[in-house]
Amino acid sequence: MTLPDVRDAIARVHREEWARVVAALARRFADLDVAEEAAAEAFATAVERWPSQGVPPNPGGWLTTAATRRAIDRLRRERKRDGKQKEAQALYDHAPSAIGAIDDDRLRLIFTCCHPALAMESRVALTLRMLGGLTVAEIARAFLVREAAMGQRITRAKAKIKAARIPYRVPSADELPARVSGVLAVLYLVFNEGYLASNPDTDALRPDLTAEAIRLTRLLRTLLPDDGEVAGLLALMLLTEARGAARVSAGGELVPLAEQDRSLWDAALIAEGHRLVRKRLSATDAPGRYQILAAINAVHTSAARFGETDWWQIVALYDRLLRLDPSPIVALNRAIAVAELDRPQVALAEVERLEKPLASYHAYHATRAHLLRRLSRRLESRAAYDAAIRLAGNSAEAAHLTRRRDELD
Amino acid sequence: MQYLISVIDDNAGLATSDEMEAIDAFNERLQADGHWVFAGGRGSPETATVIDNRGEEPIVTDGPFVESKEHMAGFWIIEAPDLDVALRLATDGSRACNRKVEVRPFLTE
Repeated sequence: MTLPDVRDAIARVHREEWARVVAALARRFADLDVAEEAAAEAFATAVERWPSQGVPPNPGGWLTTAATRRAIDRLRRERKRDGKQKEAQALYDHAPSAIGAIDDDRLRLIFTCCHPALAMESRVALTLRMLGGLTVAEIARAFLVREAAMGQRITRAKAKIKAARIPYRVPSADELPARVSGVLAVLYLVFNEGYLASNPDTDALRPDLTAEAIRLTRLLRTLLPDDGEVAGLLALMLLTEARGAARVSAGGELVPLAEQDRSLWDAALIAEGHRLVRKRLSATDAPGRYQILAAINAVHTSAARFGETDWWQIVALYDRLLRLDPSPIVALNRAIAVAELDRPQVALAEVERLEKPLASYHAYHATRAHLLRRLSRRLESRAAYDAAIRLAGNSAEAAHLTRRRDELD
Repeated sequence: MQYLISVIDDNAGLATSDEMEAIDAFNERLQADGHWVFAGGRGSPETATVIDNRGEEPIVTDGPFVESKEHMAGFWIIEAPDLDVALRLATDGSRACNRKVEVRPFLTE
């Protein structure tokens, strides 16, 4: 193997094996710090040795063995930990998982990293480090936080897990839905941060983050194959990611759905997303939030042209979503669909009912601006665009809104 | 491992009789299931006295050590194997005493 081949192989092994190695060590030593450090050292050793020794036939096994050795060495050096070690081991739940969940150390690790007692930003950072294998520097860059601050965030999260005794277990059947929901929220947050970064100075699309979110959601799906919401979130991500290439113009402006060049959409991702949505449609349990959102995206991606979109189906799906999640943002998105049924007046009235909760949400003002423009109320439309531009988080979005506003003149 | 469940009160006053009933039932469950270590309601902030004997002479002050709207009205000390169990109990406790609660582990070393 040439050197670049070995490097590629190591990168691939890292992607495929990091989570398994960390999870196996977490199981053995019930300590995330020990697990992370030992895994990192094992991979570093691989980078040193494999170019000359060759990639071993069972890379995962090699790495786990190497990491375990290092972990034992470290624990021997810190001999006073022996008592604590037994205590920590008691927190590791070896009991078989709930029905429908595959008995996998990575599943325990995901639920631990996404525990509700940890702040959302800590869950995100910990999940990306322990399961995603991203470096602290990479995670810091993704969320525009200083590397030292991100390191602290992860350290504190691990310390809390230890001090408060957050257990390493797959939640029991009655807790599972709420806990899975928590994990999905973390993964969705990572995806959204990658799909439309909230900071004005970052690129609108961050393919590394969306890819990571999809990868982890795929992993979750292999571990919880019967969970409808996991399948729903995966479908939602795939159908959204499929449109990524058409979403930002060459000039760095956000291209709305109505104007996107659909030939740039990824047909394979769309096909996979549609398959997942169709499968869930035949399931007996009522669809959750992500499944409905996925279905909405499936309707959009089934249309060859914006004008052929089945808006009636979309409004019907938003009606279902509102019953589950009566939030103003869902109501706003429903109103946008209603407007497309050639009822801008009705839609505007519905949108304006949401003024109080959504006054500081740029999409509220952008939607109003768009509807006012359709109703030829130019002055008011301009004012609404101004409000939206002021609140827009990302420069690609702001650029698009600015152009639409200037078109009014 | 032991956890402190602090009851956070913001001038809601003493527990109502309904709340007391629920708290009693909760306490009985804690005892029956082996989680009970200790529990109690504290006197209101005005009943407190602060002593600072770090210097030459002890300084005695009337009143709580910090004037704040929210204060710890009472607490449970429970024994639980992990945070999931502690949180489940604290969830029931919050409902029983009809107030927010804080769950914090005791130091183990």
